[in-house]
Amino acid sequence: MKIDQVTIMLVEDDEVDVMNVKRVFSKHKVTNPLLVARDGREALDMLKGNNGMEKINPTPRIILLDINMPRMDGFEFLEAIRKDPELKSISVFVMTTSSNDEDRYRAYSLNVAGYIVKPVVFQEFMEAVANLGAFWKLCEFV
Amino acid sequence: MANKVLNILVVEDDEVDTMNVQRAFERAELQHNLFFATNGEEALEFLNNQSFPKPRVILLDINMPRMNGIEFLTEIRKNPEWKGMPVFVMTTSDNDSDMIQAYELNVAGYIVKPLRFENFAEAITTLDRYWASIEL
Repeated sequence: MKIDQVTIMLVEDDEVDVMNVKRVFSKHKVTNPLLVARDGREALDMLKGNNGMEKINPTPRIILLDINMPRMDGFEFLEAIRKDPELKSISVFVMTTSSNDEDRYRAYSLNVAGYIVKPVVFQEFMEAVANLGAFWKLCEFV
Repeated sequence: MANKVLNILVVEDDEVDTMNVQRAFERAELQHNLFFATNGEEALEFLNNQSFPKPRVILLDINMPRMNGIEFLTEIRKNPEWKGMPVFVMTTSDNDSDMIQAYELNVAGYIVKPLRFENFAEAITTLDRYWASIEL
């Protein structure tokens, strides 16, 4: 299927960053269902239907993932889903403030589909998401 | 601003499609270094040959003789040296089973090759812009 029908999950603890993603998606007319989890633990609970959370259906095929979050950070979450037969094939796009080489290397070792360093300037963030969106339009999703 | 020059391994058995990839990169005036393998086995040999540079990204066809794209992906995902290699599938196959297997093997993207060269060149341009923004 094409991108239009894909559910997207955003895993991000910072309220301002969540708002920015929503703003950019809105400006780019990205109308996909967007679910937000505030950290890795909450995201896992939503994906699995654990701890009283209702399981998301259909499973998101795209996860936008922050690295630095409390309780369970991006890497811990990524390691957990890569070990889970039901979740391991989800496309993960890291969106982080970290431009640290080790973090980038570690993310690609866990087979992220992209590693985006969040620009500070909103206009640049718009452009980064435009490139991401154009790439998604090229792709087929399961 | 010029984008970083990447070493790209293109794994593709069809001669016409191979030419189209080269033409598309030229049309988009991209400076990347393209390396070619005509099937999965050749691609593995390329990766294991120390005298060739390590690719930063692989463009992978699915339907190839001797070792197809899924078999190649399965092999590299077993190897600690290659398991983190970003792979973008570019195939004529819109077969669900191929897609599911490719995503199970954690491809970064799955693109069905556009039929018209113009659209194909545009796809390469889009890919290049995407690669420039993902810290490859």
